[in-house]
Amino acid sequence: MSAFIDISQAEMVFNTKKGQFHALREINLQINKGEFIALIGHSGCGKSTLLNLIAGLLTPTSGGLICDRREIAGPGPERAMVFQNHSLLPWLTCFENVYLAVERVFGGKESKAQLKARTEAALELVNMSHATQKRPGEISGGMKQRVGIARALAMEPKVLLMDEPFGALDALTRAHLQDELLKIVARTQSTVVMVTHDVDEAVLLSDRIVMMTNGPAATIGEVLDVPLARPRNRVELAEDATYMHCRKAVLDFLYTRHGVAHKQAA
Amino acid sequence: MVSAVFHSPSEASDALRADKASAKSASTPMTAASSTAPASTPATKASFDWAGLALKILSPVAGLALLIGIWALLTMKSTTFPTPLQTWDAAVALFSDPFYSNGPNDQGIGWNIWFSLKRVAMGFGLAALVGIPMGFIIGRSQVIGGMLNPIISLLRPVSPLAWLPIGLLVFKSADPAAIWTIFICSIWPMIINTAVGVQRVPEDYLNVAKVLNLSEWKIVTKILFPSVLPYMLTGVRLSVGTAWLVIVAAEMLTGGVGIGFWVWDEWNNLNVSHIIIAIFVIGIVGLLLENALVAIAKRFSFE
Repeated sequence: MSAFIDISQAEMVFNTKKGQFHALREINLQINKGEFIALIGHSGCGKSTLLNLIAGLLTPTSGGLICDRREIAGPGPERAMVFQNHSLLPWLTCFENVYLAVERVFGGKESKAQLKARTEAALELVNMSHATQKRPGEISGGMKQRVGIARALAMEPKVLLMDEPFGALDALTRAHLQDELLKIVARTQSTVVMVTHDVDEAVLLSDRIVMMTNGPAATIGEVLDVPLARPRNRVELAEDATYMHCRKAVLDFLYTRHGVAHKQAA
Repeated sequence: MVSAVFHSPSEASDALRADKASAKSASTPMTAASSTAPASTPATKASFDWAGLALKILSPVAGLALLIGIWALLTMKSTTFPTPLQTWDAAVALFSDPFYSNGPNDQGIGWNIWFSLKRVAMGFGLAALVGIPMGFIIGRSQVIGGMLNPIISLLRPVSPLAWLPIGLLVFKSADPAAIWTIFICSIWPMIINTAVGVQRVPEDYLNVAKVLNLSEWKIVTKILFPSVLPYMLTGVRLSVGTAWLVIVAAEMLTGGVGIGFWVWDEWNNLNVSHIIIAIFVIGIVGLLLENALVAIAKRFSFE
């Protein structure tokens, strides 16, 4: 059987003013349908670059990316992205921000009322029904990120791509949104690829953790299975042996084996 | 050029307006003038901020009084230069009948202002119609930007009046020539600011557009236009300022009814008090134009 997302021998070289920068080398990764993947690594290791490759915002220098038996040639709504800084359009209300995406994906085949219902359902899913008519400037950072997630989910994407979605939030809001994301993903059975630099977040949320070596010319160092049953509860997991083991394994990879090279890169 | 977006010369009246605005909505203001407003609003509610109000009203009044005082002192013994009082009397007489008309060379001040404003509106409107789309194209296309940027850099610093003979030659008439001069002088700030605005659309918003695969029309209406709007309005504001500056000089040369012509006509009549009145009128009209556009710009600023 073939994987849902298949990345084979992907290389990424950027042409910068200072010459060529080899960001990623020999990336091979297979992601199954419905899987939750976390990409983790030190900053500058190219995990966002890898995500942008899957999104189609970047084209690999060589190698191939396939999503659902089709080559990824450019960005598209079937691979929805949740951006680190939410990227809501400040001149549109929350409703309009989500509606823009819904209209693009379903506008051709559904009535206005159906599109409206989809938009409202997506905002309901992230518990933002109370603020549909507010502009992004009027709501908190956590709420903005929820609307960003609603916008991505409303497109019913084949893959949900998340670039450090909770990175800019405080710890409590982040924990809350992680729990909500777990519930949403359990309900929608989405395939998710999430970039993070938070070890706990990676272990709590994902089925597999893809750990990246340090750049330049970063690659996948190790892939860790997280054999924890779902639904997961952060309080119970805090003392779970498997959880501790996974956490230790990631920390070990990041700090013991690949911590020194980080200084060279920086 | 762009950083001066919302600065207004009339901070006093601005701040008063901003007081009302910030009481209505909790939006975070971007303006230099209204950044003082949130501080003064709570004070107005709790206990009236007399000292702040006095400072806001009294200092401009004191400045104006000082100017008039110096003027009065200097003209005390002058026979050619009118005193403030004489000028005031002349202004009262002038504004008591602003819309009379005794032939083309003797019309009321109201008509003169009206005709000048009409020329500015036409030249400026044409400039906006051409300049703003051109700015969008230059900002969006590197090739066209590369083609036009040297031409713009070359033509932009040219004095407005150097364009007047060209206008006279082409249009063979004074009025279109004046409008042409306004057009060519007020087009540059709009082109440049719009182009800069388009180039500075945050990458994130364009990524959203790419991921959503929006059509070019949706990109322009939902993403480019709203995010360029503040820049564009800055360009419009700078343009109106230039246009109003240029019209006086253009009309001095072309004649016809208009405030610039009127200044020159009164100089030929040696009616100095009318010239001083004209200076004030030009200043006040310019200020009003500018403030109107600052108010519009504020309405369209986000976050």
